[in-house]
Amino acid sequence: MTTTTTTATAEKDRRTVSGSTPGAARGPRRPGRIRRIGLPYLLLLPALVLELLVHLVPMVIGILMSFKALTRFSIRDWGAAPWSGLDNYKISVDINAPAGEALLHSFWVTCGFTVLSVGLCWLLGTAAAIFLQDTFRGRGLLRTLFLVPYALPVYTAVITWAFMFQHDNGLVNHVLHDQLGLTDKPSFWLIGDNSFIALLTVSVWKGWPFAFLVVMAGLQNIPKELYEAAALDGAGMWQQIRRITLPSLRPVNQVLVLVLFLWTFNDFNTPYVLFGKAAPEAADLISIHVYQTTFATWNFGTGSAMSVLLLLFLLVVTGLYLLLTSRRRKTADV
Amino acid sequence: MSSTAPAPPRSPMAAPRSPMAAPRSFLWARRIFLTLLTGFVLLPVYVMVSSSLKPLQDVSGTFRWLPSGLTIRPYIDIWSTVPLADYFVNSVIVAGAATVCSVVIAVFAAYAVSRYRFRGKRVFTVTVLSTQMFPGILFLLPLFLIYVNIGNATGIALFGSRGGLILTYLTFSLPFSIWMLIGYFDSVPRDLDEAALVDGCGPLGALFRVVVPAAIPGIVAVAVYAFMTAWGEVLFASVMTNDTTRTLAVGLQGYATQTEVYWNQVMAASLVVSVPVVAGFLLLQRYLVAGLTAGAVK
Repeated sequence: MTTTTTTATAEKDRRTVSGSTPGAARGPRRPGRIRRIGLPYLLLLPALVLELLVHLVPMVIGILMSFKALTRFSIRDWGAAPWSGLDNYKISVDINAPAGEALLHSFWVTCGFTVLSVGLCWLLGTAAAIFLQDTFRGRGLLRTLFLVPYALPVYTAVITWAFMFQHDNGLVNHVLHDQLGLTDKPSFWLIGDNSFIALLTVSVWKGWPFAFLVVMAGLQNIPKELYEAAALDGAGMWQQIRRITLPSLRPVNQVLVLVLFLWTFNDFNTPYVLFGKAAPEAADLISIHVYQTTFATWNFGTGSAMSVLLLLFLLVVTGLYLLLTSRRRKTADV
Repeated sequence: MSSTAPAPPRSPMAAPRSPMAAPRSFLWARRIFLTLLTGFVLLPVYVMVSSSLKPLQDVSGTFRWLPSGLTIRPYIDIWSTVPLADYFVNSVIVAGAATVCSVVIAVFAAYAVSRYRFRGKRVFTVTVLSTQMFPGILFLLPLFLIYVNIGNATGIALFGSRGGLILTYLTFSLPFSIWMLIGYFDSVPRDLDEAALVDGCGPLGALFRVVVPAAIPGIVAVAVYAFMTAWGEVLFASVMTNDTTRTLAVGLQGYATQTEVYWNQVMAASLVVSVPVVAGFLLLQRYLVAGLTAGAVK
């Protein structure tokens, strides 16, 4: 996706093709061969050092910790904490014990939540982008308005939703119960089973504009001639959308769905601001669950093991997804 | 509301789809859908704005669509109920520094990846790409322990400091910035910087005189994005800050006391915190969309 596949195109007036032969950044003032070969590494150095510092070292430590018996007593000198082998992993995956059972529950909740949220975000974003494809009065204004949820800092938006979902003084209960009379008595939205709906609503509200942005960008790459040809052949608006717009968006959608999936699955900010440190069981997303295990119940070792398991799961899913979509793309090209 | 208006496209996003008139069903579907969606989008915004102008009794009892009396009192009180100004300064410093660091470092790295071939390039790009998918929770505990250890060993207080928080924010802003800038630099024609090299620029000269100016929209997009994410970050901020380094993300929780939540003040503070970011975003959204096209969609 990102590697430079741009092949040498600048062969016209130069003896070497800078950028495509190793170390060929030949400025007349810089003849040293070693320096030329070293240059890319020199440019990368700050990024490499920082990546090492903020990603690699913490990850290695995180993996190490998952094999140690870390409690609030041994955490002070965690290097000296005793090894516990696979104990932390056994605790995490033993679905007959409370910890494993809770993790599995949280995993399923997260999966259901992610599928629904990504699906709805995609649906709203795509529909809005297609409906705003043509020019009409008010289009620019709507486009700006639709970006507001995306631009608002997460916690201010979620705090506002938390206010709206309040039991006694919230807008949602006021409308549903007082004004429309749809419920017998005011419901609880931030505890109990309804919390899943509340979380989903907030997540979709916050997430769909990103889908909208990406799909809008994708629509630009569809050649106008396709629509003109289709219109000449007598295809109506709806048919054009089904036959041209949606299929053309496929490569964009593949990236979009993956990114949305990763963000939603890993989302911590939304449930944390909506529910606080401990989420209700029906909306116990995995990142909150790991946080709770690690920092609230002080099971640092188990928390680390859960993080590693989460990472493995994400790696496998992403790998499979990339494999499937790239294969389909290849066969589609042929 | 006719889609057949002959008006020329006003922005690059305007790509009129077809020359034929849209059918009635399409127009009605569009009207209904867009109306509902606008309502959904604006509902919390309305609640935020209207509640921030209400007296406390209006937000403590049953919800009221219209305030019983308008007051700007919450906007005055927010600064004294919690040290909002301090949180503001902390957030600006942390988000600003994280943005500058990640964009500057990413410019160099992305230039190397986009313009040179070297051993380990693939490993580097794949690593950067994959670190983006890691959940923040994965890094939280290790970084926490590293900071505490460094603090114990050297006396440098990373844990709870702004510097420590800036460093942790690089975990998400740096890979994103590198990834997006590679895509953006790839879209800048090579002939441009090659010409600069021929004209006697060094590689860094070519980068700063040609590639960076040509990629300004992408760089702005990356910076805006990095700033927004850092400004809205909650997880690291809630663990890695103390009373003096608290950011807005954590500080806004201070309006809830044991007995009561000052919802009107919460909403006023939320608005104050949001306005700079939203305004900046809406001003620069054109760049952001352009950046997304080059970086994410390709």
